[in-house]
Parts: sequence; C-alpha cells; structure tokens
Amino acid sequence: MTDLVIVTNEMQRILRSGKLRPDSECCNFPTPVTDAAPIITVSNLIKQFGRFAALRGVTAEFDAGKFHVILGDNGAGKTTLLRALAGLAHPTRGTISILGKNPQDACREVGYMAHPSLLYDEMSGLENLRYFARLYDIAGDGRCEQVIRSVRLDPELARPVGQYSQGMRQRMSLARAILHDPTILLLDEPFSNVDVHSAREMVVLLKGMRYAGKTIFVVTHQASLLEGVADEFVWMRDGQIVDRTSTLTPDRAGTQ
Amino acid sequence: MSSLRSITLATLTKDIRLEWRSRDAINSMLFFSLLVVVIFSFSFDPNAEESREIAGGLIWVAFLFAAVVALNQTWARELRNQVLDAYRVSPAPANALFVAKALGNFILVSLLEAVMAPLFMIFYNLRVLGPSWQLIPVAILGTWALVVNGTFFAAMSLRTRSREIMLPLLLFPISIPAVQSMVEATRIILAGDGSARFWIVLLLTYDVVFTTACLALFGTILQAE
Repeated sequence: MTDLVIVTNEMQRILRSGKLRPDSECCNFPTPVTDAAPIITVSNLIKQFGRFAALRGVTAEFDAGKFHVILGDNGAGKTTLLRALAGLAHPTRGTISILGKNPQDACREVGYMAHPSLLYDEMSGLENLRYFARLYDIAGDGRCEQVIRSVRLDPELARPVGQYSQGMRQRMSLARAILHDPTILLLDEPFSNVDVHSAREMVVLLKGMRYAGKTIFVVTHQASLLEGVADEFVWMRDGQIVDRTSTLTPDRAGTQ
Repeated sequence: MSSLRSITLATLTKDIRLEWRSRDAINSMLFFSLLVVVIFSFSFDPNAEESREIAGGLIWVAFLFAAVVALNQTWARELRNQVLDAYRVSPAPANALFVAKALGNFILVSLLEAVMAPLFMIFYNLRVLGPSWQLIPVAILGTWALVVNGTFFAAMSLRTRSREIMLPLLLFPISIPAVQSMVEATRIILAGDGSARFWIVLLLTYDVVFTTACLALFGTILQAE
C-alpha cells in the first residue's frame, strides 16, 4: 500500500509537469522486483456459447508482477478470456487457477474493469465507491477518497457519474477496480472512447500500478499506447493464443 | 453474519437512494393502481355489500400488477452499465443482494398500499365489519409473498429478451395460492364472515416455504450467464 501511495505521488508529479509520454524517460519508473512464478494458470480452457466456441483450448501461464497486453481482432476471445479470469464466464471445459484457487475463491485478489463502467449513473463517484467498499468489508471513506485521488479525480465532486466525461468515467471505473487493493488487475479496453491525452494519463497510472507490484492484464485495440510499458503482448485469434511476444512487432501491430 | 447484514443494509440504502432520485418505480406503481381503482369503481358501481365481496380481489390484483412494475425496475437498474457484474466479482454473499432487493420492493409496495388502501375504502364505500387488526398480518404476509417470488423471478428473467412479459408469466401462476389466501382473508375480514386465521396461517406457510427456496436458489441465479 505504501508503494502505491509513493507511486501515485510520483505519477501526479509527472502529470502536473505536462510530460505525458509513457514511452519517454519522464515516466520510466525504476524496474520493479517481480516474482516470476506463474500467478495464473489456464489449462485447456474452452468456453462455448451455444454452438459457438469463444475460447478453443487456451493453455497458458502468466507471471506475477508483469504487465500483459492481450491483443487480437474482434471475436478473437480476448474479452471472454478476461471474463473467465474474473469468474464471470464459467469454463465449458478446462481449468483456471489464480494463486492456486478457482476464480470465485480468488475474487479478493482480482480487480476487474469492464468495457461498461460498472457504476451507477445516478450516484456520485464517492457514493459509488462507498457502496462497493462495503462489498469488500472496507469501512470508512478514507480508502475511497484515496483511490479517487490516485486516478486524478476529486472525491468532493458531487456530480452523478452519468454526467462525467468518458475519460472521467473510465478513471472512476479504474478506481472501483483497485478499491480493494487487488494483486491482479483485469482491464477490458480501458482506453476505448477516451481522447489521446486521457489515454496517456491512464497508461501512466497503470505503469505506476505495475511498479507497485500488480499483475496487470489489458485487453485493447490501442496496443501502441502500451509499447515500452508492457512486459508481454499476448496475441489471440479464433479463441486461441497464437503468439506471445515481448515487443509489439510492427507487422502484427498494423493489424490492430 | 455481520457482513451479510451490513451488505444487505448498504444495498438497501443504495436502492432507496436510487429510487428516491429517479422515482421510476413508485410513480409508475401509484399511477397504475390509481387507474385501476378509479376505472373499476366507475365500471362496476357496486353497492356496499357487493363491494365487500369483490374488494379483496380487486385490491390485491391491483397491487400484484403494480408490484410487477417495481420488480422489473429494481433489476433493470443493475443491468445499466452492467453494474451487476461488479457485485458478481465481489466476495459479497448472493443472499445479501436478494434480501436487500426483496426488502426494497417490500417497502415500495407497502408504501403504495398505505396510500391506496384508504382511497380504495373511499371509492368503494367500504367499512370493515370483521376484526380490522387482522388486515395488518394479511397485508404484511401478502406483500412479502408477492415481492419475495417477484424479486426471484425478476432476477431469473433478467437476461431474457422479453423480460417484461416473462416476469408475469413466471410469477402469476406460482402466486395463485398466495393471492387466493390474501383475497379470501380480506373478504372475510371486510364482510365480518368468521375468522381469517386459516388463510393467514396458509400465507405464513407459503412465505416460509418460498423465502427458503428463493434463498437456497438465488446464488445459482446470480452466477448464471
């Protein structure tokens, strides 16, 4: 937790300076010490919706403390894989192990940010987080205010979330996902419908979280934003992982 | 247990706050039941004795239809922005959500009854001839019977394409024993036609059985895709 606060302060200093280039030196945090043991093991995962197989035998191990970017065309199975890891999509066949547990039992270790905001439009950001904090037995407003500030929003903002801009809504959604200080973050298209400036702000935030030791999975079509930030690019096609690379290879990036 | 209680309370408070801000359900329910009461009173124009015979049926049918409006609304707001997924990925117990939703609906329908019952008495020129205190357990147990099953079946039909139609199709047949008990008990109390004790006990049994069944099965419904 202390690490996260230090990183948040550092991020805020960088953001205030106006240098929002995640690939530049200004945003290079010291290399985090990571535990390279697999934190997630997926074995022969098959997910069918009726006769359509969204995942067709995915087998993979993902290391702890790494930043994984999941890429692929529409319908490749990226979101389904993320939902399966979050425990929202039950495998038709195969197993998922998160820290040695099934996804439902590991829910305290996982923060999930979906494409929709997962927030009540009629309530303010703080009211939303206050409610979700109760679901994780987090008492008081301290933690809620802290995470709202960590995503560079104002906890005093009384406006309902429905009146937020898309960028603010995405950041509040990220705040909800990190509220219970999870070890693993699953983020589905966090940069969609946000302007370049807001997207870069989010990349800096994520980079800070990765430095704080979080294992991060991001599903995105804007992979270039994460070049130089991510540890691994996981390429999916037709419900399978077809490649895993440490850099964003130009020929593949062009297809995104 | 304390976690279950605190999450139930937090969810109930949140639902009441959302309803207070939007007033989606309560306005529709009030308007609908008011229409039923006014239209029926002009259509039938019964004398006092006939009123006592049919009032039980009319009032409970009006509340049943009005409750369906609230039941659909209560889950619809969980579908916007897929907020229900945020609950599903949390360690919060499924039953806390169910109990909070059922209590929220109970409060809404009870409010509706508190406003509509006096109006009903005026429009139909009713006077209670039996022990009027028995109307209280009938109202409490009857309302709970409607909302507990309604909350459950509304959650069940949440992901179906035509959930507004699906909910009455599932709810009404299973509510027949409860509705019959409410109607008979109310008729007996209004007409002073003996004791409604048998129907009240039947309602209580119905409530215990279906509340237990709903609590046992709600976890499966919540986690269904």
